[in-house]
Amino acid sequence: MSVSLDDVRHVALLARVGLTDERAAALVAELNTILQHMDVLSPVDTTGVELAPSDAAPTVLRADEGPAIPLARPRESFAPKMRDGFFLVPRLDTHEDAGGAS
Amino acid sequence: MTNGGSSTATDAVSASLARAREVGAGRDGLNILLYQDADGALAEAARHDTVSSTGPLAGVPVVIKDNIATLRMPTSCGSKILEGYVSPYEATAVTRLREAGAVVVAKSNMDEFAMGSSTENSAFGPARNPIAPDRVPGGSSGGSAGAVASGIVRIALGSETGGSVRQPAAFCGIVGVKPTYGRVSRYGLVAFASSLDHIGVFGATVDDAALGLETIAGHDANDATSVNRPVENFRAGRLSASPLKGVVVGKPVEYFPSDLDPKIAERCNTAIDELQRLGAEVREVSLPHTRLAIEVYYIVAPAEASSNLARFDGVRYGLRIEGDGLRGMYEATRSSGFGPEVTRRIILGTYVLSAGYYDAYYRKAMQVRQLISRDFANVFASGVDLLFTPTTPTTAFPLGAKSDPYEMYLSDIFTCTANLAGVPAMSQPIGRVDGLPVGGQFIAPHFHEAGMFRAAYALERALGPRASQ
Amino acid sequence: MTGAAWSEKYDLVVGLEVHVQLSTNTKLFCRCSTDFGAAPNANTCPVCLALPGTLPVLNATAVELAVAAALALECDVQPVSVFARKNYFYPDLPKGYQISQFDRPLALAGRVAVGTKPDGSTHSIGITRVHMEEDAGKSVHDRFPGASAVDLNRSGVPLIEIVSEPDIRTSAEADMYLRGLKEILEYTGVSDVSMEKGSLRVDANVSARLHGAPALGTKTEVKNVNSFSGVMRAIDVEFARQCALLDAGGTIQQQTMLWDADANEVRPARSKEGSHDYRYFPEPDLPPLVVSTDRIELIRISLPELPAARRDRYRRSHTDLTAYDVDVLTTARAIGDYFEALTAASGDAKTSANWLMGEVLASLKDTGGTVADFPVAPAALGELLSIVKDGTVSNSAAKKVFAIMVMDGGTPRAIAEREGLFKITDDSALLRWIDDVFRDHPDEAARFVDGERRLQGVLVGHVMKKSRGSADPKRVNQLLAARLGT
Repeated sequence: MSVSLDDVRHVALLARVGLTDERAAALVAELNTILQHMDVLSPVDTTGVELAPSDAAPTVLRADEGPAIPLARPRESFAPKMRDGFFLVPRLDTHEDAGGAS
Repeated sequence: MTNGGSSTATDAVSASLARAREVGAGRDGLNILLYQDADGALAEAARHDTVSSTGPLAGVPVVIKDNIATLRMPTSCGSKILEGYVSPYEATAVTRLREAGAVVVAKSNMDEFAMGSSTENSAFGPARNPIAPDRVPGGSSGGSAGAVASGIVRIALGSETGGSVRQPAAFCGIVGVKPTYGRVSRYGLVAFASSLDHIGVFGATVDDAALGLETIAGHDANDATSVNRPVENFRAGRLSASPLKGVVVGKPVEYFPSDLDPKIAERCNTAIDELQRLGAEVREVSLPHTRLAIEVYYIVAPAEASSNLARFDGVRYGLRIEGDGLRGMYEATRSSGFGPEVTRRIILGTYVLSAGYYDAYYRKAMQVRQLISRDFANVFASGVDLLFTPTTPTTAFPLGAKSDPYEMYLSDIFTCTANLAGVPAMSQPIGRVDGLPVGGQFIAPHFHEAGMFRAAYALERALGPRASQ
Repeated sequence: MTGAAWSEKYDLVVGLEVHVQLSTNTKLFCRCSTDFGAAPNANTCPVCLALPGTLPVLNATAVELAVAAALALECDVQPVSVFARKNYFYPDLPKGYQISQFDRPLALAGRVAVGTKPDGSTHSIGITRVHMEEDAGKSVHDRFPGASAVDLNRSGVPLIEIVSEPDIRTSAEADMYLRGLKEILEYTGVSDVSMEKGSLRVDANVSARLHGAPALGTKTEVKNVNSFSGVMRAIDVEFARQCALLDAGGTIQQQTMLWDADANEVRPARSKEGSHDYRYFPEPDLPPLVVSTDRIELIRISLPELPAARRDRYRRSHTDLTAYDVDVLTTARAIGDYFEALTAASGDAKTSANWLMGEVLASLKDTGGTVADFPVAPAALGELLSIVKDGTVSNSAAKKVFAIMVMDGGTPRAIAEREGLFKITDDSALLRWIDDVFRDHPDEAARFVDGERRLQGVLVGHVMKKSRGSADPKRVNQLLAARLGT
């Protein structure tokens, strides 16, 4: 498998990372070099091997009660843009404008 | 322990701050400390002195890696995207240190989001190795390692995903320990690759590292992967003449390849001779899937990272750069905020998870990861108590020496296996080559930190001054 | 052409995805309150704000409720299920991924009964899977000029998603499925299933195919449907749109359609560049969810009686109830519970049903309340029904007593006594009223006494009026009859 410029552009869109043409081209080369090394994995026989150990400890559950973990300083102190308690983002006309909502 | 022979917390903290100035720990010097909080630390020390705190770390100054949340000083992960961000909550490990009496004096430099093996990938400039300032301190926790190596503190917190505590410990000639996955809460450790991330401890000595780890270990209800089991005493009592009698130490052939630097191999063999002299039986063993570890690591870690770093979107905290609409804001923020290595891994990680490639890369890598874990399980089930290996294939390299990403990735070749399997491991100094420290690594079965520390104490005592010669 | 007309030629095939909010105190992965209507972002903490370094910890009650729902829907609850990350960027999704379940969901293979087949067997809609996930926050687009506003109070609220098989063939059937589902979820107490509060949301997968065509057609997903009637209309409109397109030789694009209830139409959602690649992978911050067989069985035996079973029981044990009565009495668990307690107190199912479906539901309709918090306890209402039955108060007096009980509380006997609403059976009092009536209406009285018996009813009416309803009409009739021919 080799990575194309389109692949890098597609992936950069999924990851919402802006790339200059130069950087995108460089990444094509870098990814191909790195992924070439990864080809050693394909011949390994992994028939019947799960993604996680079967004896893994199950997740712990917590009681359905508060209090919530407190914030030591207000949201406004770390939020880039807030108004009336809302986080503000550039205007979206519809649910779809982010190009990635479900 | 160990507050530098000083009698009060204020003395200890003052001495630590003075030492930081003396070695030039700040941005225009070694650049190992990003933020120092002299006023806050002295105030806290004074409080300890007033109430005569008696915690195990009462008045002991500590340094925290910049990706572990503290209430004072920023938690910026060595990244522009979090520059100036001060966490409104505190990491469990930091809370436990403070409750034991420790005083946080500084946040340390690191590779951005812990992605690197040299602390050259910091948005705030590369850190330098206090032993040899033209060389890297290792990474990604190079700042914390440097703070201990230069005598600013005796205990520092780092984090590791593929060896980011053990490798810089080896490069800086100090002790670095990564516990069993789940032994120390990750709550407050900014995630790089959740299934591989650990908080680890640097110590000037094995005892410092044991004390630090003992303090932060134990179950935490805020981390679902934290394991609820008692923490043994990691600090050794008096050692007998043959403290390792009955202990079987495995020497895995894959960690001693034919092209290993012979001087490093020789230091390791000296250490192994000492282990035998201390009563251990040394056995050659094999972990056949080790040769695939780097490849597995560099699929799994970027994949998880690509998802973990999605939250840095300019909406709720951190950097925000406006652009054309929402998408423009996202892309401008993230491309300005993330450095080249982070961007590379986000792109790589997104690619290996994307439709059509998931099975070939991510799924395959996770399966091979299980095979790597089984290798360890098999060896430990065969009667081997501990493994001993070199920590790194090389000593500290000069700044700027490794420009090819993949070549840099190979720095983790002997360390990332323990992250993949979740087993505890530690590095300690076993001598020097051309004046540069060499680290020897113990790897133990899950939750066998106590036995690992016992061997480390014994080896440290047996090597004596040879460990730093 | 309408959907109904097109069905002459095309089959409609529908599967529904229903999101239901679980009734927990706190969110799925953090200890923030799930209370509805808090100030923007008031119910947020480091975890649900996705601050760097925070981690999810699963809510035990959410798991209990999700398992209860799955069992009530006759699903196989999986002993091990796995949370996964669904990755996409949106301002109301703080982590940049939603924690959901993907290839190993909580439960598989259930069903909901929607009616009876001609052969008498139960007709069911299959359920493919039930899985747990967290809700996203809310983006408000019209509050500030040039900006969208994000409120993360809902971010992390626990949901289950119930995915049906493509078994639904008419919009009416979709409606029956949703009503059945809602009833079951409400009975099990896993959710308040309120569409207004957003605790139940529906997406419809709709496709059309020519009668007899073996394969399913290309489906579209219709979103943004906010009411049950909207679901029916949206399905019909989308079916008609697809049929018209197919009939004209076109092809259906697999895409997301948005329902516009005001315009009564569906329109394609804007294209979502690269958005279909959610890069699911197992959530490394959460080990697998293990629900032991013992735990599953314990939850199963703790399930309340479900609507279908309750309907059967009412039909069998209260043969005087009509099918309509049974349906009304079982629409909500609280109504049935009230009915049963009322019947136990009054000893009369039919009268209890009449009062509950009449007076009680009417009163609730006026106040907007629910049976569960109706101020008159079934035992108190039962006592009122008993004293009607034994003749202590008249039916009309009982309605007055009931109104007072609703307003001010109190026991029926005390109210009837205070208000003078007991039936008067004492002959001396009744005879006094009869004498008064004879004096006031001498003409009618005389004709009656002379044998004009049809006037008896008129005279009884006068007596009842004089007694302000408290006279026992039976006894009044007897006493009047005695004056005939005197």
